[in-house]
Amino acid sequence: MDGAAVADEAAGAEAGVPDSEMKISVASGKGGTGKTFVSTSLALSIDKELVFLDLDVEEPNAHIFIKPEFHEENDVGIPVPRVDYERCDFCGVCQEVCAYNAIFAFPNTRKVVVFDELCKGCGACIVLCPQKALYEVPRPVGKMRHGRNGKIEFYDGKLNTGEINTTYMITHIQKQVKEANLVIVDSPPGTSCPMIQAIKGSDFVILVTEPTPFGLFDLSLAYEVVKKMGIPAGIVINRYGIGDDRVEKFAEERKIPILLKIPFSKEIARYYSEGIPIVQVEERWKEEFRSVFEKVNQILEGKNA
Amino acid sequence: MLEIAVVSGKGGTGKTSVTAAFATLAKSKVLADCDVDAPDLHLILKPEIKQTSEFYGMKRAYIRLDDCTWCGICREYCRFDAISEDYVVDPIACDGCELCYHLCPEKAIDLKPTLSGHWYVAKSRFGTFVYGMLEIGEENSGKLVTVIRKQGLFLAQKEGADYLLVDGPPGTGCPVNSTLSGLKYAFVVAEPTQSGLHDLGRIIDLMEHFSVYPLVIVNKFDLNESVSRKIEEYVKKRGATVLGKIPFDPAVTESMTQGLSVIEFGSSPASKAIEEIWRKFEKGLTATPL
Repeated sequence: MDGAAVADEAAGAEAGVPDSEMKISVASGKGGTGKTFVSTSLALSIDKELVFLDLDVEEPNAHIFIKPEFHEENDVGIPVPRVDYERCDFCGVCQEVCAYNAIFAFPNTRKVVVFDELCKGCGACIVLCPQKALYEVPRPVGKMRHGRNGKIEFYDGKLNTGEINTTYMITHIQKQVKEANLVIVDSPPGTSCPMIQAIKGSDFVILVTEPTPFGLFDLSLAYEVVKKMGIPAGIVINRYGIGDDRVEKFAEERKIPILLKIPFSKEIARYYSEGIPIVQVEERWKEEFRSVFEKVNQILEGKNA
Repeated sequence: MLEIAVVSGKGGTGKTSVTAAFATLAKSKVLADCDVDAPDLHLILKPEIKQTSEFYGMKRAYIRLDDCTWCGICREYCRFDAISEDYVVDPIACDGCELCYHLCPEKAIDLKPTLSGHWYVAKSRFGTFVYGMLEIGEENSGKLVTVIRKQGLFLAQKEGADYLLVDGPPGTGCPVNSTLSGLKYAFVVAEPTQSGLHDLGRIIDLMEHFSVYPLVIVNKFDLNESVSRKIEEYVKKRGATVLGKIPFDPAVTESMTQGLSVIEFGSSPASKAIEEIWRKFEKGLTATPL
């Protein structure tokens, strides 16, 4: 490392810019509260090299706002078993050990049937087959795309219709990121496995909610998850002004910082509906989202100090 | 008896508000909430729980550390990276494949079913209501959805109800598959945004896959009338029906805040639009007998 780089690093450390990787996830219990609005606005406001992961693989929408140029699109495959009939003696061990009822051996008709869509690719039948008569082929469960727009390196995934291997797909995309100073994740909604896998390893989670009873209830579920995982969290209230003040009271009682309140406005809704990022229309919103990023940094610094 | 679900693809388009409104309008029905990840219908229904049942999902691996010799075989073979360096199984990562259980030379691994959630049979002012909720971080939501639907169907038949009205989960994944399979129709609540249009396409694909006919409702259509028109054209192109459009109306959130359906809340532009949609739906049913 030369002198200039050392100096840069020292300056960075002074200004409170973390020099190690930082991962911020944007999540919400309830769908449609504005996760994608917040995550993409944040990414487009921070003037930094960053990696954006759209892990809402059932309904990926971040690309509409980030508008990356894609240079890679690959099938994501789960390994499923196939039979080498030269070796198979129809002993039925594969059928016995499969926890998903995805493989059946019929000694009478000398056939092994695999239900690909039930297979989770765990490898149990492959490893435990006494005759080593099974091998694996990839079965596509969806597509992963990789692209870039300016300083944003972008990944997203799209599950095939009717596909249930949501968590597998999410893990696959996460594995693509080898090195990054800053990662922003658009998480799937809910509080189940896919959401937990998506926010795993985050330094901070931004919970997006709306000030309604539904918003509050789902926020309380999502907050339980991040608390259980030990990840610090902050709240962004979207469509502020509709509903009531129970979300604010909830945040106050639990001492969860409110990072931003985005007022309900037909104008914002309209830009969103057209796929136009508000931060590219109004400088004011860019500032607001930059300040969200700064607040997150300050909170994390306070935690590390 | 007709089972009909309200789904959306994209979350937050107004599924539950529409379901609650339909629940007020339908004369004889049993209600079910299949959004077991983040159920909200009970916030409007304020049900009185009559019966609570436990839901056990898949079995997961537990390592008895007393018997473990740290040989590392389980860690080496686990494809879900679910076993830590100190040989503790991460219950979230563990997919219950049981491979480690079979491989462990010390037989130090047990398989235990996990309490994955609860489901409830309840009474509400709209009638019988079945709903459930997964524990945090649990999978198998599809299985719990199936349990709730089965119970709902059973009760609807027992009561001689006209409908089993189901509030569906968002997305297009496992629990949505379980909600849609075997249905004739489902209401699809769409919003006039680019994301809404994108997700509408995905849910219609899925419904085609299951041969469920989409009855599309465009919610908050006046927030972007040009995208609303695009949605109408798109739905037509896909050979489905736009049943109606609901205007943006603060009464929807206002009624939710008070724990009422928008119909109960009183006459408003949204309530009128939903009444019209329900009337059209029931008329359609009598025109084409099921």
